[in-house]
Amino acid sequence: MGEKVSDTIKRISREHLTKHNGLILGQCLTAVGWVGGTVPEMKEEEGIVELSMSDVLNGYFVTGIARAGRRPIYVVRYQGFQWFNSIGLINYAAKSKDLWEAPCPTFIRSIAMDGGIGPVASGTHHGIYARMPGIPIAAPMTPKEYESVWDYFMSHDDVVLCSEHRRSFGIDYEFEDTIKNDADITLLPISSTRLNAIEAVKNLEKEGITCNINNVLWLKPFNPSDKMIYSVNNSKYGGLFLDGEHENGLAKCLAFDLMHKIEKKIHVLGLEERTAGFSPHLDNLPPSAGKIEKKVKEIMSKG
Amino acid sequence: MRQRSSSLGQAYDVSEMFSKEQSLEMFEKLCRIRYFELNVKEAYDQKKIKAPIYLSIGQEAVPAALSTVYKPDSKFTQHRGHGYYIAYGGDLEALADELLHKPTGCAKGMAGSASIHSPKIGMIGHDGHMGSEVPIGVGYLFGRNFKTGLNEKGLIVVGDAAAEEDYVLATYGYASKKNIQCLFVCEDNNLSILTKVEARRNWKTSNVARSFGLESIDITDDPWTIMYYAKEFDKKLPAFMNIHVARAVWHAGTGNDGPPEWDRFSLIREELERLELKKESDEIEAREKNEISELWKRL
Repeated sequence: MGEKVSDTIKRISREHLTKHNGLILGQCLTAVGWVGGTVPEMKEEEGIVELSMSDVLNGYFVTGIARAGRRPIYVVRYQGFQWFNSIGLINYAAKSKDLWEAPCPTFIRSIAMDGGIGPVASGTHHGIYARMPGIPIAAPMTPKEYESVWDYFMSHDDVVLCSEHRRSFGIDYEFEDTIKNDADITLLPISSTRLNAIEAVKNLEKEGITCNINNVLWLKPFNPSDKMIYSVNNSKYGGLFLDGEHENGLAKCLAFDLMHKIEKKIHVLGLEERTAGFSPHLDNLPPSAGKIEKKVKEIMSKG
Repeated sequence: MRQRSSSLGQAYDVSEMFSKEQSLEMFEKLCRIRYFELNVKEAYDQKKIKAPIYLSIGQEAVPAALSTVYKPDSKFTQHRGHGYYIAYGGDLEALADELLHKPTGCAKGMAGSASIHSPKIGMIGHDGHMGSEVPIGVGYLFGRNFKTGLNEKGLIVVGDAAAEEDYVLATYGYASKKNIQCLFVCEDNNLSILTKVEARRNWKTSNVARSFGLESIDITDDPWTIMYYAKEFDKKLPAFMNIHVARAVWHAGTGNDGPPEWDRFSLIREELERLELKKESDEIEAREKNEISELWKRL
């Protein structure tokens, strides 16, 4: 059994504190569970800094730390909290390099989870950051992917948004893309939707529908690989982005970019266009296997 | 509650607590700021400057006084920051070039009047969100000092409008908790563009800062009074000063709505005369006026 994503994050974080003079900051880091077992159980004097409960202040405060050259890891426990936390990071940290040639490299751990957490805190929210310049965004789901995003951060001077999902923390394997020349459609899953996509593909195959899967790691800049372009161009009905955010967040931007590079239509499937409630029947979750299957059939029926 | 005035918190003989050299150093910086700003005004009126400008005419005494006695490693201001850049030794030609949109400007033309930046003097630029320099500055000082063996000090300046931002207030609390070595200054011109403080709130920034655990004072912009408290607070950081000033021109641009509430420049000249420093101060003023004028003629 390999290293789980949570262990990878914890190992990287510990090394950042002990070898790179780094800092890890966030709210309630030392609470039960240490953020899903991803934060090393260390003390403030070793670099684990508990922030105030003022989210807007914290985003700016971390920006100042980054400006001082400490390459902070900023843990935002629910992506919905980014509505407050993102302001300083987007408007200062990400712009400082262009404005004054003074980079503020910050690794933002933005953590998503799904189900039963109401109208604000749930789901992915990478679209908040995507609309502004200066912030590469990735959504790693495996140990190797996470390490590659971290390596990018340490070898560049950007603010990096790492769009995490709690469903990834227990994953100890890598996802393989599947490409078949006679596919009906290519699924392009982001973050946790990869897991539902695998289930959907199995079910669709039983009905004679063949799907390729091309997992999406880097959301911005989005540079579709030759493999992705080949896969979509050779799929009869084009491609379908799957995301755990509302479709107007980022998925439609990716679809727009990809459609300009290929000859097929690209579709999107994200959260439903409504507010989530706490009760299970009112929740608004990332597309399930059943919803993906339904959407694929709908695309195929329309030609 | 003590009311805003040209003498709020001022002791009559406070100027006598400072040496002749300190008083003249403060006045030299004040003249440098004032005549630089008057030349900016002229360039703006002649349409040589095409972007918004935020002049500190009427408010020069605060940076002139602070820089004479308080020597922070880093300085954070917001849009009305020319005075601090000048008082702490920023390159005048680079600032003028910045305002004139030249690539030789202190931020290569990117920052303009509102976001000036100079690593040489430890001045960290502002992004345009009012008051963001407060949490950014506190974070910067935390980052510089935490586990590094350094003990750097900072100066963070806001206006009376930005002082109302929730993240500014929350930062006072966190700075107090983390014992950040910083002097917070609120330049209180009583106006957010043209909306007076009394229309916006019924609380005083100095009281709120005190409630967060900061040493705090509410005073007028008499430079000797500022120097007195800045020296005292330097030993008790983090601390907060609300300083009442009388802005002479509009929030942005060069217009005005009549004379300011008080003319601090004239009041300082009177005090220097009382201190028997008229001759030296007149020479300083004439020299600064001439040198700044020559600088702008060269541009």
